[in-house]
Amino acid sequence: MTQDTQAGVLGVPKKKTTSAFARVARFMGIRAVTLLFTVVIGVYTTILIANMGGYVDTIMRNDIRERVNQRVAASTANQNISPETRRQMANDLVALEEKRLGLDTPFAIRSFRYLFNALQLNLGRAQNMVSDNGSREVRNIILERLPATLLLMGTSQLFLFFFSVFIALTLSRSYGSFWDKLVITLSPTSAAPPWFYGIFFILLFAAVFKILPFGGMVDAPVPDNTFDYILNVLKHLILPASSLIISSLFLSIYNWRTFFLIYSSEDYVDMAKAKGLPSRDIERRYILRPTLPTIITNFALLVIGLWTGAIITETVFLWPGLGRTLFRAIGFFDTPVIVGSTIIYAYLLAITVFLLDFVYVLVDPRVKVGGGK
Amino acid sequence: MKNLKKNFAEISRYPSAVFGLFIIFLLVALAIFAVIKIPYSEAVRLWRGGEDVWYMNPKNVPPAWFNTFRKTKLPESFAIKGGEEGFSKTVTPSSPDTAAIDFEYAFDFNYDVYPQELMLYFTSTYQSKNPFVSIYLIAPDGEEIRIGDLGISAKQTFRFSQDEKLIKRLVREKRDDNPMIGLFSVPETNPPVPQKGSYKLVVNGQTFEAGSDINVEFVFHGQSYGLAGTDHARRDLMVALLWGAPIALSFGLLAALATSILSMAIAAIGAWFGGWLDELIQRITEVNLVLPFLAVLIMVGTFYSTSIWTILGVTILLSIFTGAVKSYRAVFLQVKESTYIEAAKAYGASNFRIIFFYLIPRMIPLLIPTLVSAVPAYVFLEASLALLGLGDPVLPTWGKVINDAQSNGALYKGFYYWILEPAVLLMVTGLGFAMLGFALDRIFNPRLRGI
Repeated sequence: MTQDTQAGVLGVPKKKTTSAFARVARFMGIRAVTLLFTVVIGVYTTILIANMGGYVDTIMRNDIRERVNQRVAASTANQNISPETRRQMANDLVALEEKRLGLDTPFAIRSFRYLFNALQLNLGRAQNMVSDNGSREVRNIILERLPATLLLMGTSQLFLFFFSVFIALTLSRSYGSFWDKLVITLSPTSAAPPWFYGIFFILLFAAVFKILPFGGMVDAPVPDNTFDYILNVLKHLILPASSLIISSLFLSIYNWRTFFLIYSSEDYVDMAKAKGLPSRDIERRYILRPTLPTIITNFALLVIGLWTGAIITETVFLWPGLGRTLFRAIGFFDTPVIVGSTIIYAYLLAITVFLLDFVYVLVDPRVKVGGGK
Repeated sequence: MKNLKKNFAEISRYPSAVFGLFIIFLLVALAIFAVIKIPYSEAVRLWRGGEDVWYMNPKNVPPAWFNTFRKTKLPESFAIKGGEEGFSKTVTPSSPDTAAIDFEYAFDFNYDVYPQELMLYFTSTYQSKNPFVSIYLIAPDGEEIRIGDLGISAKQTFRFSQDEKLIKRLVREKRDDNPMIGLFSVPETNPPVPQKGSYKLVVNGQTFEAGSDINVEFVFHGQSYGLAGTDHARRDLMVALLWGAPIALSFGLLAALATSILSMAIAAIGAWFGGWLDELIQRITEVNLVLPFLAVLIMVGTFYSTSIWTILGVTILLSIFTGAVKSYRAVFLQVKESTYIEAAKAYGASNFRIIFFYLIPRMIPLLIPTLVSAVPAYVFLEASLALLGLGDPVLPTWGKVINDAQSNGALYKGFYYWILEPAVLLMVTGLGFAMLGFALDRIFNPRLRGI
């Protein structure tokens, strides 16, 4: 990782002059190494699981054998060839296909090849999957689906985050009110996952009232002009996005509200109230300020969470996003796509966690990088 | 301990907790009832038995109680064997070897919708000469409609709507070419109107050998069935709805219990011993954060086994080392410094004793709400995996019913009951545990009490 080397280079000469800088550099170094280590182990575990202890190799070998035998038998040109030659031909084809998928090297070696390629973000070629425009590059397969996922997850998660923080702040000002009680009463509804609400929404708005589409991202004859296209996509977006929002809205408001309430029961808030400060100022200076690290952490994790998509919601709504691509990749035993999706998430997570430590220092003067250890 | 009892007494002050407890109690009762009423092997047989088990049921029909709320009444399904009450069987020997065997069954048809299918399952015994049967249906207006004449083998099925001769005859008599409409309509109405009243099915059989016998079973596929309706494979949904309860409850409870107790124990061990062990636990937790949880479960389901116990094991394994370990650890680190732990150390208590008798019991108030609140997540996780087609291959579960309904286009075709029944049960289960969990959280978490 680049952060690691920078920290080492910068850290050594400055050690004698400023101890604070050395401390920061050392902390950064250790942090970067542990995070890289975590990513490596996490990704390697995923590779091992995607292979299921050699079980998947057996499945793939049998699959190849069956496909090749069928192809050789089905070809009319081969009918005049003697059975031995035909068998030889099938064996050659099997060997070739196994070589293409890398099955000729033992898994122990292959797994490390996957790992090192993944760590260099060299995602390689998919084994069985093809992107919609015909590319076998994992990068293209993922990039093709990224906009759909970002659209769905982005709209729903960002709305969810800002809306619930805003509502929670308002509620924490008037706790015990009717709306507050309503949110508390409704918060158990978040026990159900988004797809569950999705099914109800499809039932109501698509099947019974017939005003919104059952699923997909755009109608079958794609609208010609851009404006109609956008409208059409938005129409398809309403149901999946609102099921993602509804399923966690009330719990999210409840959690934020409780969190703000705990902070607003601090003495300095009472003091500020006693001084007669307007409630806007109290919120901004005394409640939001100390809770900022938590808010930022949640927001950062939310943003990288967009990457994973929503496997089941996308499946229920036939939304062509990354979650469904990952699900299909597993169905195709396509290790490069599975690993590609995992490594990008792992890197995003590691970088975010690394950066958050510095963000905390920026927003909270009480926190020191590498301090308290 | 006394504190704990007081806390439980406090539950009664929260209406949502009482309601949640009530739901959980009902679910447990339902689960026990299901397991006693339909034993495991019977449930599996009813769910996976094949056409021999399901032939009596109509395909994709809503529950019979729908009629209470409908203007147009749906015919109910039934099946009756010749010789049973109401389905008379009379044997009149004619010559030494031959005999006439007549069946008569009168049934009421007071519905506004035509039935799905009528079937006669004949079984007969003979040496070389097949028995012969003529089938008639006498409509309420007294008209006798000839259904068919056929020689029957040892096992023979007669499906009314698939008999070409019957269809031709009906068309000749200016009736609808769909036998169900043709047979059950007032003659010469267009559009056809169902003819209500008492119908009579007559089967006149003739045997040609000594010792030869005919038996018949009349199966009437209506447009409604039982308490829960049926699915695309004619299965009674009641089996899955009943058996879904014990499966969902045991999956949810086992996963929640194992996960929360194990993560607490691991956090306690890490916090107590510290050093490399603590470091290792922390690192495992971080690695686990990188692993894609649902994707790993899907991989296990796709590549290895969809057995509910395998999935349960993997779920627990993946959910032990989560953020919970970190937050428990933080509290344990505080508790570790308290004086009573010091006292225990002073009298020479073993590490094991301190961890399991002094540290963990302190955390039980924190554990209980988390445990209860975690149950719905696992119940829905099982349903989610089933929705992706990774449900248990043998057991009927709520999620699998939803999956069947989804993949057979229940929402497009309007079979709403098919999705709504398991969905409502899932929702009720989730709500019950979530409501109780929320209330417990407020009771046990003093910081939230005033809020």
